[in-house]
Parts: sequence; structure tokens; C-alpha cells
Amino acid sequence: MTTSPIDRVARATPAAAARRIRGLSDRTIAWIFVAPSIFLLLAVNIFPLIWTIRLSFTDFRVNRPNNDMEWVGLRNYQRILTDDDVWQTMQATAHFLIWTILLQVLIGFFLAFLINKKFRGNDLWTTIIVFPMMLSPAVVGNFWTFLYQPQIGLFNYVVAFFTGADPAGFSMIGDVHLAPWAIVIADTWMWTPFVMLICLAGLRSIPDSIYEAAECDRASKLRQFFTITMPMVLPFLMLAVLFRGIENFKMFDLVVQLTGGGPGNTTTLTSIDLKREAFEKWRTGYSSAYAVILFVTVFGLASIYVKALNKVKDR
Amino acid sequence: MSFSVTEPSPKTKWFAGVMVVGYAIVTLLPLIWIIATGFKSPADAISYPPKVIFEPTLEGYVNLFTERTRATPEMLEAAGPPETWYQEIVRGQDMVISGPSRYGARFLNSVIIGFGSTALCMILGTAAAYAFSRFRVPLKDDLLFFILSTRMMPPIAVAIPIFLMFRQIGLNDTHLGMILLYTAVNLSLSVWLLKGFIDEIPIEYEEAALIDGYTRFQAFYKVVLPQAATGIASTAIFCLIFAWNEYAFAVLLTSGTAQTAPPFIPTIIGVGGKDWPAVAAGATIFLVPVMIFTILLRKHLLRGITFGAVRK
Repeated sequence: MTTSPIDRVARATPAAAARRIRGLSDRTIAWIFVAPSIFLLLAVNIFPLIWTIRLSFTDFRVNRPNNDMEWVGLRNYQRILTDDDVWQTMQATAHFLIWTILLQVLIGFFLAFLINKKFRGNDLWTTIIVFPMMLSPAVVGNFWTFLYQPQIGLFNYVVAFFTGADPAGFSMIGDVHLAPWAIVIADTWMWTPFVMLICLAGLRSIPDSIYEAAECDRASKLRQFFTITMPMVLPFLMLAVLFRGIENFKMFDLVVQLTGGGPGNTTTLTSIDLKREAFEKWRTGYSSAYAVILFVTVFGLASIYVKALNKVKDR
Repeated sequence: MSFSVTEPSPKTKWFAGVMVVGYAIVTLLPLIWIIATGFKSPADAISYPPKVIFEPTLEGYVNLFTERTRATPEMLEAAGPPETWYQEIVRGQDMVISGPSRYGARFLNSVIIGFGSTALCMILGTAAAYAFSRFRVPLKDDLLFFILSTRMMPPIAVAIPIFLMFRQIGLNDTHLGMILLYTAVNLSLSVWLLKGFIDEIPIEYEEAALIDGYTRFQAFYKVVLPQAATGIASTAIFCLIFAWNEYAFAVLLTSGTAQTAPPFIPTIIGVGGKDWPAVAAGATIFLVPVMIFTILLRKHLLRGITFGAVRK
């Protein structure tokens, strides 16, 4: 053994550099590797958050930078929480959240259940079904306005074809009663595959041996479904609901392109309302308080939910 | 095939197959409609009943990439016969091309910002993920929830101070600003995905390398990086798709030089009413690459969309 790897490496690297690199402890390397990421996250995530909290106690307006900024204490918060329009927005968001999650869970689970029957070509069809959720929500949402056009829109045509209604007689995005459903339908179309994929993983994680044992005990298929399949998939399903809940709570791109919040305020979800306050009315202080309230809401709901999720997982 | 009690019967499989294929066709309909509309003439696009069979034309694509002005018959005659196929299409609408549209530039912005942020994100993310995976980092378990929490912030909410900050340091509407922003947004996803991939590489490989006299750095890039290549590639595609699709930050922080395609495509309007074939053409060019990437990613999709929480 004339050349050990150590010799080779030592010869390959210049002496000074070698000493410098060798001198680094694991801790230094860990620090060098992590620091840039932490720095960027602090600069782009944490620092703006702190700034938002600070601004939320002021009456600052971006479009009037020369005005003196005044501390207004909790006035912004008080105004938001007592504003009827804000509560209407929250209601629209709740409607959107509840229905999209319900529909996506039902359809997504059913689809996953069917795909798990392992028919020929199920992998290919799974990939095809996933397409909508990978696409740009703004671009797709914009195109859905075309599908929703009275008379010429494909959606109206298909609905009319099956129900016999007049395709020019209803406008999904122009009607106060239909618009909230228009965004639910588009979102469900887009995100059902997400729930489906997670459910499918849950179904596939159940070992065959459990079903075989149940079969030996002569448990009916229905009973197997409720005592094996459902409990085993539940943690996965809850994870999917968590993700969808958070994503849809901050929903902006799809809906803003689809309805722009209209007609009236019927589809003005919180993010859209926030955007109007911050970037159209330029009430920076007020909208910062709004942002903080939203963040606290979703953070609170999510942490309660994560606790529940962990309980289910431990069981 | 061996007999198994858990194997679904052929009848069940057939039923499941028909239902799933049926759903797939319905769900694909809007996408097929986008692609088809791109090849329709404006009249065909808004005809009733919706046209399934039509004469394909590249009018939408020509309109997408050009600015046109309406021309009087005298002007058309003075301009002489059309020299290229696209001029001919525009002449058919009684118009002349006055220059290229902004779509090309916007698309290029999407490419620059998408690839730029992905590259930066992968460099930072891989290093951080390696450190999280191999070294003792305090509060490791709390990090998952912390990272989930940065994702909970609605983009509009963070956009207010970022807008102020960018304006202060001159990053508003610049490529660099958007690259840094998207890198930060994607970093949490990439760190967690990559950590999962690196965790799966047996630590013994590196220990062997270290015993052989490799330094940590060498062990990292000669042993770990090649092993994690698939993971890094699929994480990169996820970051790219996210940056590609992002709309909220793009619409608020860019208006001209650095505007990406998603805020631009909905603003395409034609002469006299919305030019749906041009919009559809723009959308098609923008969406089809993502569909191809989705096919490449299919094995790692689940991991990517759940932050690595669910692995198959």
C-alpha cells in the first residue's frame, strides 16, 4: 500500500487550503451550510412580519409618505373587528372553505378508493387526473371565465345539455347566488386530485394482511371498510384537510381572476379584501392589522388542528 | 395470478376503471378546451353551440405574439402582398403588424425568474438540508411546524412590507428582487423535501468516506450529492413549477420589466372584445411545459405536495 486515500487527497489539495478545510469542525460547517438560508428566511419572511405588526398600530399610508405616521394603538384592530364588510368577507371565505373541502374530500376519497382497485393503467390515469392542480391558478382561473360565459361557454352548454336550461339564461360569475358556487366548482376541479393523492397513499399504506385476517374472521366488506379502511386512512385525510384548509384560507389567484370578488362582494374572500385595502385604497396601517388578524386566525386554527391530527396518529 | 382474498374481482376492477377514466375525461375537458381554443378563429371560439369540429388556424398564436393595427383598404394595397404566412393571417383580419407583442418578453421573464430562483433555492436548500440531516440542530422538531407556519401567511399579507422594503432598496420590479423572493418562499419546501431525501441515504457511506480521508466537504459533494441526485432534481422541478405559477407577488410587485406571464396572460385583449384564441394560445404555451414536468415528477408528486409529510 504505497498511497493511502489520505495521501492522495492531501496531494490533490494545496497545503494551505487543505489545512483550512480540515480545520473546520462539523459545527462550523453546519453553521456555514445553514446560515444563508436562515438569513434569507429572516429577511423575506420574519422581518416583513415584524414590520407588518409594527405598522398595524399606525395610520401609515404608502401613498402619502410625507404625512407623519401616528401611533393609533389598537384602533385599526377595533375597526376591523366591528366592520360588517369584514364579517361578510369572512362569511364568503367560510362558505368557500367548507364546500371546497367537503366536495374535495368526498370526490377525492372516492376516486382514490377506485384507483386502489388496481385496474390496468391506473398509474397513467392517476397522472392525468393530477394535471389541473399543477397548473397556474391565475391562468386557469382566467380561462374559467370563458367556460362560464353565458351562451358561448362550455360549462353553460354542458349544464344546459343535461338539465334542459337555457345556456344563455344563467351567468355563473354574474349572478349573486351562483358566483359563490362558481368559485367552489373551479377550486374543486383544480384541487380534488390533491386530496385524492393523499388518500391513495393512505389506502396503499394498509397492509393486505389486515384484510386477510378480517376475511378469515368473516367480517363483511362493509364492516372491513368501516373498521379497517376508514380508521387507517383518517390521519391522511385529516392531513389533506389541513393543507387544503390553509391554502384555501389564503386563496387569492384563482378567485381574483375568476370573479374579481364580484358580483358585489359575494366572492370577496379575505385575501381579495386585504389586497383592495392594501393596494387599492392604500390603507397600509389598517391592512397590516387585517393581515395580522388573518395570520393569527389561521395559525390558531391550524395549531388546534395539528394537535387533533397528532392524537389520531397516536391512536 | 395467484389467488388472494384482497385482490379485487375483475368486475370491480372494470367498474373502477370506467369510473376513473370517466372522471379523468371530464376533468381534462377544460384543459383540452384551452388547447383547442388556441387553434380556433375568433368567430369559432365564441360560436354557439360550442364548436368541437373546426378548421384549425394559427390566428390566435399570431395575435398573441404581435401588435396589430387596423388598416384601410388603401393602406393594405399600398403595403403590397404579404411576405410571410403570419402577415397573411393578419391581412385576413384587415390589419397590419405594427410590432411584436409583450408576451415574448413576459414569457422570458418567467423563464429567467423561474430558473434563477430554482437554482439559488437548490444551492441554499441542499446545504441547509444536509446540515439539518447530519448535524445536531437545536429545536429540530419544532421546525416543521415553524415552516408550515411561514406558509400560512397569506402572500398578500407579507406583500405589504416586502413592497415597502423592495421600494426602499430599489428591488421593485426587478428580476433580482423576484428571484430572491421566490427563493425565500420555496426554501422551506426544498429544505424539508431534501432533508427527507438525504435522510434516506445511509450515513455509513459518508462515514466510510471520512475514514478513507475525505473531508466533510468532499464527503458531501462526492458521496451525498450523487446519491441525492433524483431527490434534488424532483425538488427542483417543484420549485420551478411554483415560481412559474406564482401570481400574487408577481401582480403586486412587478408591472413592467420583470413582470412574469401569469399576471400578463389575463390582460391580453384583442381589437373589439376579448381575443380568447390569443389568451388560450398564451395559456397553452405556458401550461404545457408544466404538464410535461408533472409526468416526469409522478413518482415524487405526493412527497412534494405534502412537504415530505407523506412518503410512499
